Amino acid sequence: MRSATPWSDVFSFLLEATGETLYMVGVSTVIATVLGVPVGVWLQLTAQGGLRPNAAVHRILGFVTDLGRSMPFIVLLVALTSVTRLIVGGSIGSTAVIVPLAVGAIPFVGRLVQNILSEVHVTVVEAAITTGASTLRIVRGVLIRESLPALINAIGVTVIALIGYSAMAGVIGGGGLGDLAIREGYQRFNDRILWSTVAWLAVLTTVIQFGFTRAARASDRRRHASV
Amino acid sequence: MITVENLTKSFQGVSALNGVTLDVEAGTVLGVVGPSGAGKSTLARCVALLERPDSGAIRVDGTDITSLDGSALRAARRQIGVVPQGDSLLRQRTAAGNIALPLESAGVPGPQRRTRVGELLDLVGLTDKAASYPDQLSGGQRQRIAVARALAANPSVLLADEPTSALDPETTGSVLTVLDRARAELGVTVLIVTHDMGVVRKICDDVAVLEQGRVVEHGKVLDLVNNPISRTSSALLPAVDLNPINESSYDRVADVVLVGFAAVGALLPEAAHRFGVELNIVGGGLTRLGETPVARFRLGLNGERSDSALEWIGEAGGAVQRSLKGPQGVAA
Repeated sequence: MRSATPWSDVFSFLLEATGETLYMVGVSTVIATVLGVPVGVWLQLTAQGGLRPNAAVHRILGFVTDLGRSMPFIVLLVALTSVTRLIVGGSIGSTAVIVPLAVGAIPFVGRLVQNILSEVHVTVVEAAITTGASTLRIVRGVLIRESLPALINAIGVTVIALIGYSAMAGVIGGGGLGDLAIREGYQRFNDRILWSTVAWLAVLTTVIQFGFTRAARASDRRRHASV
Repeated sequence: MITVENLTKSFQGVSALNGVTLDVEAGTVLGVVGPSGAGKSTLARCVALLERPDSGAIRVDGTDITSLDGSALRAARRQIGVVPQGDSLLRQRTAAGNIALPLESAGVPGPQRRTRVGELLDLVGLTDKAASYPDQLSGGQRQRIAVARALAANPSVLLADEPTSALDPETTGSVLTVLDRARAELGVTVLIVTHDMGVVRKICDDVAVLEQGRVVEHGKVLDLVNNPISRTSSALLPAVDLNPINESSYDRVADVVLVGFAAVGALLPEAAHRFGVELNIVGGGLTRLGETPVARFRLGLNGERSDSALEWIGEAGGAVQRSLKGPQGVAA
């Protein structure tokens, strides 16, 4: 039996893989947020009782959103190969993984956002309408601002879901922590790499979750103080 | 100032408003009352421009505002300040930030906005709560902030939809005081939709009773209380308890309504003195409509000139509503 990988090598493996994971997940989260929040807003605006109710648009958009969410990520990863090549000029590597990650996360974010926005009380929205505010102002100043803490938490949930998805990035050579655990750890019977990666993923996830929880709380102006 | 003409509205074939016509004079307070399901909320939502009526018109200063769209609709909404039913403040904004909302919609620049918000905080007596968030305020304070917000853009009409329904009696008083100040200090015309006759008793000049989507009674509160068959009088005046045993010992028994300080204070002793009759209050009581004391008493009279005494009370400004014993219709 060969001797275990020296710790210094394990660390450099982890460092490189962490960089890849954060790159893939970070960029795709930004894209998914920028595109997914408008999808969620649009879904909520066109919903029954929304600011711009439109059953047809709502149903079509909802159908497309749910179709996107029903797609297993591993399928999306290979199915989008040609689209990926068109956008990033190649179909392998970390950058190539960003496309399917973002595409998979947009409908996910969209539904989360819609659910959160629908929680804003109808009396609050109507009160804003009676002040003569435009729809855009109500979306920004009321719907989004009132649910900002929940939205920040939703982005946190998305980041962690994407870290999970990105484990499959190895299929198209994207690297990252999941790939390290599978390829170097599991397939090569390297327990030290496997378990240190698993432990490090747990730490990373906890830290990210903690950060988002703190940010959400910081954005929340509700205080249950005594009068 | 604001008139509602023949308003109708139905939801899936069920009619909520059945030709409602109302008129609120500038600078007065109208209370729209009625049982639940009478159409009060629908009326309020139509006037707040949250619901479009099927037919009829709502005129502010003569202009019909029911068929507007886009920016004209938003401008019309700023003409009508709305205190919505229930908690309606943004929980992520301070009290001052909530009051500023209509001013932001109207594009009022920052410095002027802050001045105006300061004035309104002062009007509702919550200057020290400017930086507080709604969750740090009591229900009554939140509702006063909602009133301040409704007044921010200088609307000509203030609409309050059940402004006191979630509040205890003491807090209700503070919110009504603020509404009354708005009328007195800003000259705004106020329309209050409420199921609480106490609101009408405290601050309304006029009252409209809504039943099954129709106005069944509309007029000045002080006029309607003098009308024995009006719903307003039976709801607002103290009850006269039936007490036949007590009443049997009198020659005449009659109900009388007295309005105003002079009438309530002096009319009955004066009548007793003038006609040499024994005059006792056997039922009823005293209340207050706004600042005006109003009484409904059941009187028991003994003496030869009892009828003359009742007649005189009628002539002197009291309304003798019915004679329960003795000749009917002695009223003035």
